[in-house]
Amino acid sequence: MSAGAMRAVKVLVWAACIWPGANLFYNAFWGDLGVNPVETLEHTSGETALVILLCSLAITPVRRLTGWNRLQSLRRLLGLWAFFYALAHLSFYILFDQACLYWADCQLKAVVDDVMKRKFILSGMVAFFAMLPLALTSTKGWIRRLGKRWQTLHRLAYVAGAAGAIHFIWKTKVPETKPYLYGGILLVLLAVRVAYSWRKRRAERGRVSTVKNSRNIAS
Amino acid sequence: MLIKRASDIRSSEITPESVYRSRREFLQTAAAGAIGAYAGASLLADDLWAQAAIVGVKKSPLSTTEEAHTWEQVTQYNNFYEFGTQKSDPARYAGQLKVKPWTVKVDGMVAKPVDYALEDLIKPHQLEERVYRFRCVEAWSAVIPWVGFPLADLIKRVQPQGKAAYVAFTTLQRPVEMPGQRTGSLDWPYVEGLRMDEAMHPLTILATGIFGKELPNQNGAPIRLVVPWKYGFKSIKSIVRISFVEKMPPTSWNIANAAEYGFYSNVNPMVGHPRWSQARETRLGSFVKNKPTLMFNGYADQVAKLYDGMDLKKFY
Ligand code: HEM
Repeated sequence: MSAGAMRAVKVLVWAACIWPGANLFYNAFWGDLGVNPVETLEHTSGETALVILLCSLAITPVRRLTGWNRLQSLRRLLGLWAFFYALAHLSFYILFDQACLYWADCQLKAVVDDVMKRKFILSGMVAFFAMLPLALTSTKGWIRRLGKRWQTLHRLAYVAGAAGAIHFIWKTKVPETKPYLYGGILLVLLAVRVAYSWRKRRAERGRVSTVKNSRNIAS
Repeated sequence: MLIKRASDIRSSEITPESVYRSRREFLQTAAAGAIGAYAGASLLADDLWAQAAIVGVKKSPLSTTEEAHTWEQVTQYNNFYEFGTQKSDPARYAGQLKVKPWTVKVDGMVAKPVDYALEDLIKPHQLEERVYRFRCVEAWSAVIPWVGFPLADLIKRVQPQGKAAYVAFTTLQRPVEMPGQRTGSLDWPYVEGLRMDEAMHPLTILATGIFGKELPNQNGAPIRLVVPWKYGFKSIKSIVRISFVEKMPPTSWNIANAAEYGFYSNVNPMVGHPRWSQARETRLGSFVKNKPTLMFNGYADQVAKLYDGMDLKKFY
C-alpha cells in the first residue's frame, strides 16, 4: 500500500468517525433528535463507540492478512474515536438519563445504585474503565515509557469490546440480532488473535530447539 | 401519599398548545400537498389528516388537564413487537395490517358468549375522550387523548358468571401482516390479563381512537385496552379475544421473563426494574429523565384501594 493510498484511507476513516457525532450535533441543533432524545443520544453514542472499537480491534488481523503494514496507524486513531464516543455516551447518561444537567435533580446515590444493582450498567462501566487507561497511554511518550508492558496493557481493548457487547446484549429486553452480531464479531477477532499468538509461540519454540540441536552437533 | 398536581409539572416538558396546533396545520398542509405526488403512499396512512374522524365523542371528567403530546409523538414511537422491536418499526410496517373486517370473540365464563363484529361491539357504547398519562416500563411517558368506552360497560353487557375472577385478552396473530410474529422475540399471540376488579374499574377502557380519530394500526387498531395506572405493555393492542376465566391467565412479558415482569405491573416508583430504575421518567420530548414517577402513575387516589393489604414488592 502506497503512502498516498494510506492518506486517502485516513481521510475516509476520519470522515466515517466524525459523521455519527456531526449528525447527532446537527439534529440536536435543529431539535430533531426523535421522539425520545435521551434514548437517541444514548443509543447512537453507545453503538458508535462499540462499532469503532470493534473496527480498531480488526486492524491487526486485516494488516496481517493483507500485508498492508501502514494500516497499523489506524488502530490508535480508531481506538481514540471509540473512546471519544464512549465518553460522550457516559456524559449523556450522567447529564440526561441521571438528570445531572439540573443540579437539583442530580442524585449521586441514584447513579451508584444503578451501577451496583444493574449488571447491564456495570458491564458498561467495565467497558468504559477498560478503555480509559488505553486512551491515556496512547501517546508516543507512554508507548516508549511502558515498553513491552504497553502491549500487555492494551490487551484491555478486548476486555472493553467484550464488556461492551455484553452490555448491549443485557440491555435488550428480548434477544435481538444486532448485539449478538457484535458479540460474534468480537469472538472471531479474539479467536484470530489467540490462534496467531499460539502459532507464533510454536514457531519460536521450534527456532529455539533448532538452535539447541545445532549446538549439540557442534560440540 | 403526595401527588403532584398538574401545575407542578415544568411547562418545558410539555409541548405548548400553539406548537401542537401549528404542527397539526403544517402536517395537514403537507399531506394535502403530497396527495398528488404520493397518492396511495403508505405515508399518508400515518397522517392525522388521513385518519377517519370519530363522531359523537363525549369529554370525560376522568381526563387529566395536562397538555397532550402530539400526533407524531404518539404515532411514530411505539412498542408493538408484532411489527418489530425498534420504536420506529410499528409506524413503518403496521400499514400492511388489514383491520377491516374485525371480529372480537367474547367467551369463557359468560352468560352470552358472542363473536362480535367490531361495529356491533362498539355501537351500544357512548364513546368518550379520555386524556390519560401513559407510562412505559422503559421509563418514558406521554399524555394521550384516547377515544373509547369503559371495559366495565362491555363486561356488564356480556354478564360474566360469578366464578369468573379474571379477564384474559389476546392480540391478533397474523404473521403474514405482522412481520415481528415471524421472529421469536415473544411467544405469539400476545396475551394479557386483568383481575376482575381491575377490569371493572372506571379508568379501564377499550380504546378505538386517539386525537378524535380512529386508531392508527401502530397504536393497536382497531381496538385495544388502556389501563393508565399500569405499565404500557398491560394495555394490549389489536384485541381479537376477551375471555372470562377463573384462574390468573398467562401474560406475554411474564412468560418471556418472569423475574422482570409480573402479572400486576402497576406503575410503582419504589419497585425498580432489574435493568432500570422506575423512580424517574422521561416525558417524551424532554431532554432529561427528571420527571418523578408517581405511584400508580398518578392514579393512586382512584386505584390504590384495589391493592389494599397486598405487598406490591412481591406482586410487582
Ligand atoms: C460508562 C459506563 C456506561 C454506562 C453507564 C452506559 C449506559 C447505557 C445506557 C443507560 C444505555 C441505554 C439503554 C436503554 O436505553 O435501554 C446504553 C446503551 C448502549 N451502550 Fe452503554 N453505557 C456505558 C458504557 C458503554 C461503552 C463503553 C460502550 C461501548 C463500548 C457502550 C455501548 C452501548 C451500546 C451498544 C448500547 C445500546 C445502543 C442501542 O440500543 O442501540 N456503553 N448504555
